[in-house]
Amino acid sequence: MRTLYTWLCISTTVLAAASGDVLVALAMRRIGDLGDLRRSHGFAAVIIRLLSSWVLFGSVFFMTIAFFSNLVGLSWADLSLIGPASAALTFIANAIAAKWFLNENVDHRRWLATIFVCCGVLLLTRS
Amino acid sequence: MTFRKYLVIFSIALFGSVGDAFLARGMKDAGSIDIHHVTHLWSILANPFVIVGIFSLLIFMYCYMTALSFADLSYVLPATALGYVNMVLLSIFWLHEHVSTRRWTGVAFIVIGVGLVAGGPSRTEHPCPSMSESAAVEERA
Repeated sequence: MRTLYTWLCISTTVLAAASGDVLVALAMRRIGDLGDLRRSHGFAAVIIRLLSSWVLFGSVFFMTIAFFSNLVGLSWADLSLIGPASAALTFIANAIAAKWFLNENVDHRRWLATIFVCCGVLLLTRS
Repeated sequence: MTFRKYLVIFSIALFGSVGDAFLARGMKDAGSIDIHHVTHLWSILANPFVIVGIFSLLIFMYCYMTALSFADLSYVLPATALGYVNMVLLSIFWLHEHVSTRRWTGVAFIVIGVGLVAGGPSRTEHPCPSMSESAAVEERA
């Protein structure tokens, strides 16, 4: 039962983190370069623009779910399982979501990079 | 990509890994959380390690949003995997841990992945709809 709960937590973390990442990327695409905005209008303008984005609030909602799901998962299983499993699966889920929902050009180079990073994370944390 | 933009991506890797390490340390103090007592999570938020972890993750979040404002999600995520390499370097030089060949292989994989993605363009250029419409009108004419 504990294993089932652990994988339920990992799945929730991955789906919520990918949803949050896609929404924050969408919000930032709409807002524009934060560095340019800060230089031209000041830090207060950056905060106001961020707080006026409903998409960003949606992303915070999903990231909060991912955060608490990760915390609960860490209390049930070791970091050596939760860390690599959720990190590697989130990398893949994000690459798929970036291509489908954000229309990003996820070419062979980026897929290869994602796969290399996933393998690296698994090797690092499962040894 | 300017030096400032690379610095933002490096900050994501740094504060993300530090935040995760502090959170993991705090959760070990808290022990197991029973599914029937999930409200116990609120008391964990008073743990100093969890507080430092959350503070680091807030800085991480600001840098992350800044990076996503000038680069693609599928570029930023693999690039920030350098955080895992940071953790290995911390464990060697700060905690004096032994790092196995398998872990070094993992580091090599991540560095190759980061190198691959960093060598490509950071942003997908979407064609402007108004431009394509005017081009279509010109073509018809």
